[in-house]
Amino acid sequence: MADDKDVLRDVWFGRIPTCFTLNPDEVTEREAEAYYLLLPRVSYLPVVTDKVKKHFLKVMRAEDVEEMWFEYEGTPLKWHYPIGVLFDLHASNTVLPWNITVHFKNFPDQDLLHCPSNSIVEAHFMSSIKEADALKHKSQVVNDMQKKDHKQLWMGLQNDKFDQFWAMNRKLMEYPTEDGGFRYIPFRIYQTLSDRPFIQKLFRPVSPDCNAHTLGDLLKEMYPDALTNDGERKRYQVLIHGIEPLLETPLQWLSEHLSHPDNFLHICVVPVPTD
Amino acid sequence: MPVSLLWAVDVYGRVYSLSTVGQQWEHCRKAHLEFKRVTAAQQCCWGIACDNSIYLNVHASDLPVRYQEDTYENQRWNPVDGFSERLLPSDRWQWSDITGLQHQPMASFQLPSSSWEWEGDWFVDENLDGEPTEKEGWTYAMDFPATYTKDKKWNSCVRRRRWLRYRRYKDMDTWAKIPSQQTALPDPFSDISCGGWEISEEPRGRLSLWAVSLQGKVWFREDISHHNPEGSSWVEVPPPGEVVQISCGPGDLVWAVLWEGHLIVREGISRDCPRGTSWAGVESPSPEVATIHVAVGVNVVWAVTKDNKVWFRRGVNSHNPCGSGWINMVGEMIMINVGLNDQVWAISFEDRLVYFRQGVTSSELSGKTWKAISVPRDGERSHSSASANSQHSAGCFFSGEVRVPSVVSDAELDLEHPPGDVAISSVTFPGLDSFVDAPTNSSSQPCVKPSIPKVTSDSFISELVSDRKPAKTSGGVESASPAVLEEVVLDEGEADVLSSNSTVTITGSGGPSDPQWSNVDLEEAQIQYGQTGAVADSVDSCSLSSLATYSLAMEDQYGVDEHPLWAWVSGGGCSVDSHSQLNWFSYSLNTLSVSPAQTAAWRKQIFEQLSERSKREMDNFRHYEQAIEQSVWVKKGAMQWWRDWKPHKWMDVHFALEQFSGAEGHKDGILFIYYNYYEEKKYLHAFINEVTILVPVLNDSKHTFAIYTPERTKQRWPIRVAAGTELEMHDWLALLSVSCCDSRGIHGSPSKQAIWSITCKGDIFVSEPSSALEAMPYPTPCDQMFWRQVGGHLRLVECNSLGIVWGIGFDHTAWVHTGGYGGGFSQGLASSTDNIYTQTDVKSVYIYENQRWNPVTGYTNRGLPTDRYMWSDASGLRECTKTGTKPPSPQWTWVSDWAVDYSVSGGTDREGWQYAADFPASYHGFKTIKDFVRRRRWARKCKLTTTGPWREIPPIPLSDVTILPCAAQSSVDTVPVWAISNKGDVLCRLGVTLLTPAGTSWLHVGTDQPFKSISVGAASQVWGVARDGSAFYRGSVSGPNPAGDCWYHIPSPAKQKLKQVSVGRTSVYTVDENGNIWYRQGVTPSYPQGSSWEHISNNVRKVSVGPLDQVWIIADKVQGSHSLSCGTVCHRLGVQPMEPKGQSWDYGIGGGWDHITVRGNSMEPPRICLPSMTEPLPRAAHTPPPAAP
Repeated sequence: MADDKDVLRDVWFGRIPTCFTLNPDEVTEREAEAYYLLLPRVSYLPVVTDKVKKHFLKVMRAEDVEEMWFEYEGTPLKWHYPIGVLFDLHASNTVLPWNITVHFKNFPDQDLLHCPSNSIVEAHFMSSIKEADALKHKSQVVNDMQKKDHKQLWMGLQNDKFDQFWAMNRKLMEYPTEDGGFRYIPFRIYQTLSDRPFIQKLFRPVSPDCNAHTLGDLLKEMYPDALTNDGERKRYQVLIHGIEPLLETPLQWLSEHLSHPDNFLHICVVPVPTD
Repeated sequence: MPVSLLWAVDVYGRVYSLSTVGQQWEHCRKAHLEFKRVTAAQQCCWGIACDNSIYLNVHASDLPVRYQEDTYENQRWNPVDGFSERLLPSDRWQWSDITGLQHQPMASFQLPSSSWEWEGDWFVDENLDGEPTEKEGWTYAMDFPATYTKDKKWNSCVRRRRWLRYRRYKDMDTWAKIPSQQTALPDPFSDISCGGWEISEEPRGRLSLWAVSLQGKVWFREDISHHNPEGSSWVEVPPPGEVVQISCGPGDLVWAVLWEGHLIVREGISRDCPRGTSWAGVESPSPEVATIHVAVGVNVVWAVTKDNKVWFRRGVNSHNPCGSGWINMVGEMIMINVGLNDQVWAISFEDRLVYFRQGVTSSELSGKTWKAISVPRDGERSHSSASANSQHSAGCFFSGEVRVPSVVSDAELDLEHPPGDVAISSVTFPGLDSFVDAPTNSSSQPCVKPSIPKVTSDSFISELVSDRKPAKTSGGVESASPAVLEEVVLDEGEADVLSSNSTVTITGSGGPSDPQWSNVDLEEAQIQYGQTGAVADSVDSCSLSSLATYSLAMEDQYGVDEHPLWAWVSGGGCSVDSHSQLNWFSYSLNTLSVSPAQTAAWRKQIFEQLSERSKREMDNFRHYEQAIEQSVWVKKGAMQWWRDWKPHKWMDVHFALEQFSGAEGHKDGILFIYYNYYEEKKYLHAFINEVTILVPVLNDSKHTFAIYTPERTKQRWPIRVAAGTELEMHDWLALLSVSCCDSRGIHGSPSKQAIWSITCKGDIFVSEPSSALEAMPYPTPCDQMFWRQVGGHLRLVECNSLGIVWGIGFDHTAWVHTGGYGGGFSQGLASSTDNIYTQTDVKSVYIYENQRWNPVTGYTNRGLPTDRYMWSDASGLRECTKTGTKPPSPQWTWVSDWAVDYSVSGGTDREGWQYAADFPASYHGFKTIKDFVRRRRWARKCKLTTTGPWREIPPIPLSDVTILPCAAQSSVDTVPVWAISNKGDVLCRLGVTLLTPAGTSWLHVGTDQPFKSISVGAASQVWGVARDGSAFYRGSVSGPNPAGDCWYHIPSPAKQKLKQVSVGRTSVYTVDENGNIWYRQGVTPSYPQGSSWEHISNNVRKVSVGPLDQVWIIADKVQGSHSLSCGTVCHRLGVQPMEPKGQSWDYGIGGGWDHITVRGNSMEPPRICLPSMTEPLPRAAHTPPPAAP
């Protein structure tokens, strides 16, 4: 039987084939060709799009270039969400590759945060890890780490080094066996059809009567609409890393194995495609 | 952790046990009687039944309780009859013991009790110190007493032979009554407690059993041991007052409670004097309130006072058995019990549940919280064996449990009964004896007020009774029969008295009891009642069980919600500690214990979807560019390095690992050590794909590890580096071992062919053999073998080519490999997530106390200036004091205190001293006139907890194990596995298959003496080495007859005592105690015993012969170009079918290796035909032979 560790590798090495095209409104010196790339699901757009930027800058004049941003079918893509979450949320059930439009003008300040450098991404990533550990271990693990350990986590993600990342990340995934899990599960539930960015509340992995909470338990409490009632047609898909785990999957296991590198379990609730 | 049992008795006298892996109380159906109290050890459980006799339940084990009786037949030669039984008048008896002083005819041997049976008839012993004698077994001498030889000489005037007979204890797993040989025992027992098994390991299974009689006397049971589980007799140990309860810990703590509520402590308990010498007094925890119960462990004492408060005694240890002070603990209990590892169980006053004290560790002996054990009993409702008899005994049980401090109010109650009642009761219930005594006692003790709250089950009943009044008004008593009503009225009288008392006195939670709980009990009682039928009669004689009578009226108004009411618990046999995963508490149903079957669905779904996802999102887009380019990754750190040149010392270096993707997609890397040499920057490097092994070398001062390459192995000089912290070292080791494995493409579990080895530190290494390893004539040099570490800690490991791997720890625990890998330091990615379990091991650290004799003061610790340290290691060169000696490495923690070790070879005197003429010399266990120095060994146990792919095989501790080696393709259903227990019993494992590598049970194979080594060959030929150093061959071992039928005695090589044996396909090799390795000549299928021993080499510590008859050894000393290594893996070269002895040795990894097994490697080497075989073997030439001894 496959080992649970294989899940970690599959999650880490998940890739989305992406086609980047330049926004036709951009002023170019000559026609820009599309650029094809395999994007790591667990990474962030600014981290992995150096090549894209380089590619399109070749056809543009420097004075026409402002901050680069991405858009998919009219929706500006938030760089601070993991790439896999953006894809599952906006583009799941569409034909691959994923067509992303690249902009160098008209930065949508009301929708997106500015990201002048990767150190901003790093800061965001580390603050997510710290927040997650605050939920999981009252920050005890992350505070026990040294600066270089934090760096190792980030470098592992930035350079796509699975071993390097997990050598450190496993410490964040430990818990005392007698507790049966983390203190709280760090999770975020995203919905397409809502103004709220995401749902994030306190939720324990184990119920007061000592049963393990499942994905279903979490949704029932946080987002009951996502569940399909008896006799109803299924309205929503619950996606984590592009797959639909069974609702009886224990939440603790999910948190240990299907969390993003930022240690959050990102759950996307998207409408079932109508066709 | 082996499966062990917690024992408990409920208020009806039914005995239950709860397994550490179980989730329900199992009713001990074999107890046809009801019990008052039980006290458990790991191997047995003692109890007092309601007939006041003591019963013993010896747990069935694969190891029988078997006792060897022997007697000697003596004869003298005379010219007329030759040797005859006619002896001289001055001679010994014709049948005698070994000394000749004791007359011992065969008929004088009787079975000690009805629990024993003879195994067979008498037979002659034909083995004289490892030498076989003539058929008749006679040994000859000039005269008694003298040295006997097996050969008859011209001057042999006397002869003798030894007869043997075995008897066996047969009453396993049943409650066998201990016969009361002494009719003089004045009164029945009321309390019992066993312990003391840690005082001495000799004789095996020794126990101390203490008992208290109803008159308050204390008794000690003599001579309980494995071979004599029942003990021999009771000896009175007079206490300073009347004792009501006693508790004996696993070590030398014995405390008892006096009638007045004070405590007494037994002092002077030692190995030589398990009964102790004197009593010391300890005040009750609080001056006004008497103690009613005490429980002791190794280093703890807990007590319960009459107000149900729980107390913990500070500062108790074997030097200060009285401790220093009491601490009041949370909780209200009626009794408390301390089991193994000082774990604590108690029965709560409020709900009568058994509670476990959580968080008891050696550093926090008082634990953290009480946690109720909430598991159901087997057949919770369906089972009810209650009979009229049990009604009686239930009552009996209650009265038996009355503790004397509450006597006054009891006495008052009893006065309300008709005298006749009391009389009857006192016959039936010995507990009432004390009631009769009570008034006089109470008058002499005015301080005992009648209003003292009661803590016994009596008070428990009375509270129920007092509670009953509201229940009665609301409930339907009208339906009760007249007889019952009468009883009820009587009870109401009691109830009035009691409730008036209790209003004043019952404190806190002891107030009006929780109605639900009383309901429960009534209901429980009713079940019994319903089955009983004839009620009224039994009720009359059983006034105290009036509770049951009343309950008849309660009909069915109470639900199913019954819970057990416990009266007594004993954890003396229950092996748990604060790390144990117990399924006893209600929260245990979380993910951790969900079985694979239950999880299969969701996990499968995730695996399937993930692979679908990669198909969907990646398969068609492989030509796309990766967003992140792979690059070289460097990890750097500061370390210390044991520099290669003299003078050797640690120097600060920078340590770096550069990793990159090598050819064929394998990751590869280079290790750099940057150092300064005379202000010049230099570096040393090693290619990761050339590293053959990483060996952690933890000691108490440095966290170091050694890195070997083939070149370094030849030099016997590894790269040794030290990390700043243990954690850093583990991080580096984990990283380096992952990159080493990556560079060689080795992943996952060890293969079935793997070669396993173990270092003297207990670290386990495994190497994947190539088919060229046994090739002829150019095998892979064994310094090129790559070894990776597997988690866990073992002393020896054995395997075969089916992938069955067994190990034995330093503490003799048997382990079976789960098929996983990793564990230990390589957590996370280099480790399988399933199949990794906690593993513990215990070993002893020894130091020596040295003394020299001088004419004035005798032996003192003031030696001569040239002498060794007063406290030293075995060599005497290094000072090792009790306080200064640390555990071997930070992984180990002390688990005991220093104690004199009496089990030193050569024997000791009563205080553990060994004497010699001078240091260093050979020591003996008695003082002679020529001895001027003496020493004794002190031992302290330390424990290591780690993880690894190993599962324990309880319960028998082993010292050796062997698994049948077989060809790779062979299909064997059940695999023969033999073992030696740590006491020398030969055992044959049944039910070992690929699916159940741990097997099912042991079959004991009788021997006339203990064994120390065993090996089974590919054709089921079983060889063993006995304690006297001779070898034995087991005849007729086959599939249907796995244990064979008899032993053939094979004398050892002249003047040598064999130590270890290994049997391959056909070859038989042994190693003797002087380090010689011997090959057995002349072994043929028709004559499997062979004909003679042929010497092969010296300086050998251990041998392993594999299924190809390949021979590997651990050599004691091997000289390399740079250094010398002890404990080196060596491979015999030139072994061929026609030349099974081989030609020379090839030297592999070394420096502290202790064990190797090649019995899994059945990979036939590729057959190469070379024209000439005359050229010298490449490897054999340039390494020198083992150094001479």
